[in-house]
Amino acid sequence: MQKKAILIDKKDNVATALCELNKGDSIDVGIEDHAVTTVLSQDIPFGHKYALKDIGQGEAVVKYGEAIGLATQAIRQGEHVHIHNVESQKGRGDKR
Amino acid sequence: MSFWGYPRPDGSAGARNYVGVISTVTCANDVAQWIAEKVPGCAPFTHQQGCGQTKPDMETVHRTLISLGCNPNLAAVVLVSLGCEGSADHIVDGIAASGKPVAKVAIQELGGVGAAFAEGLRLARQMAEDASRINPQEVDDSQLMIGVKCGASDTTSGLGANPSIGAACDMLIARGGSCIFGETPEIMGAEHILATRAVSPEVGHKILEIVDRMERRALAMGVDMRGANPSRGNIAAGLTSIEEKSLGAIVKGGTTPIKGVCEYGERPQGKGLFILDGPGQEPKAVTGLAAAGAQVILFSTGIGAPQGFPFVPVIKVTANPQTYQRLSEHMDLYVDIAAQADHLQLGRALFDETLAVASGKRTKAELLGYGNFPDIWVTGTTF
Repeated sequence: MQKKAILIDKKDNVATALCELNKGDSIDVGIEDHAVTTVLSQDIPFGHKYALKDIGQGEAVVKYGEAIGLATQAIRQGEHVHIHNVESQKGRGDKR
Repeated sequence: MSFWGYPRPDGSAGARNYVGVISTVTCANDVAQWIAEKVPGCAPFTHQQGCGQTKPDMETVHRTLISLGCNPNLAAVVLVSLGCEGSADHIVDGIAASGKPVAKVAIQELGGVGAAFAEGLRLARQMAEDASRINPQEVDDSQLMIGVKCGASDTTSGLGANPSIGAACDMLIARGGSCIFGETPEIMGAEHILATRAVSPEVGHKILEIVDRMERRALAMGVDMRGANPSRGNIAAGLTSIEEKSLGAIVKGGTTPIKGVCEYGERPQGKGLFILDGPGQEPKAVTGLAAAGAQVILFSTGIGAPQGFPFVPVIKVTANPQTYQRLSEHMDLYVDIAAQADHLQLGRALFDETLAVASGKRTKAELLGYGNFPDIWVTGTTF
């Protein structure tokens, strides 16, 4: 059975697509006894991320068990998570 | 475990047996290139540096050229100098300390590029003949240093290729060998994790310091670093922030304690895992690894970089199935994430391939002859 998406750490609130995923798909990911099923509300391209749960504006987006940035708007479960709704906290010369 | 390596006077062993033809300054590049093209067994190293730069950058350039000349994959070195840059004798002395043959041709002293080319040819032919008498010997794998790099990354790099390369690094270090990885911008956002793995508080502090120095360069530009790193290609492939890229990138060095941090152009002292300060941009990052003394480079790529290096074999590893199919011309190995094979097993395959390449197997980049436009990383401007 080929995995369609991958969850890396139990603390993560996003998973990464391992193939092209479509709006309406129901995707299972898990680590040991921690399993999450998500119905996608948008198409998710190969290698891109979707939200495993609702993420509030200003909350950390977590992958590898670590913050990869902050949500710039509320992100709903099943939505595409990328530069349109996440901003980096590093190398921000524009924010000085 | 062992590999077939070329013994060097300083006790190291080369995975290749080239005569290096190295320009000391950008103005001497053509002559270095001509000599290397004409003499079988030669490899060129040319770059865009070496003049019109301030002292810190000049020191980086000289240190890097000396360290490149000392790389075990070179049996001997011809340095090609213009003359007025004034650094060649210092670089000759630095390389000669390794015990290998080194000679200089200076364009202005010899009466022009034609005369320098002729003299360089004569020296390179003699050195190539002498080098061809060196037979490879069975060398313990503890003599190996793997340089690790990721380039044209996507999210599969952090999920598949980098952790598998990390497992190969752990195997080599358990056997007494060394690995070095760097790309300081691609530690940013994950430096706290690496710092906890440092062997001493000083090394931990140095890890935080090189990342802070790199971030301050981005801040001084007054712009968001996103777009430069992660690059446009990284972002299109799904990498959202430098933090995400870094968290996926640092696993490529494996899990062992970090023994030290090298400035760009420095060679690590001792064995184990080291971090190299430097950029992510490939032609400069790979030069840093070669200067550190890596005889083989493991290079993970998601989108598919063709990168090689003139005298260090670069093994390209991807976990992106489309890239492996579409760019099979440049890809050496495939790591299958979706099949759920574990990273240890995949790391073993990479380790075996590394020993095969160290023993003479040609990489795709070598077979394509790709990667002959490296450069040296400097942080200041040119005046």
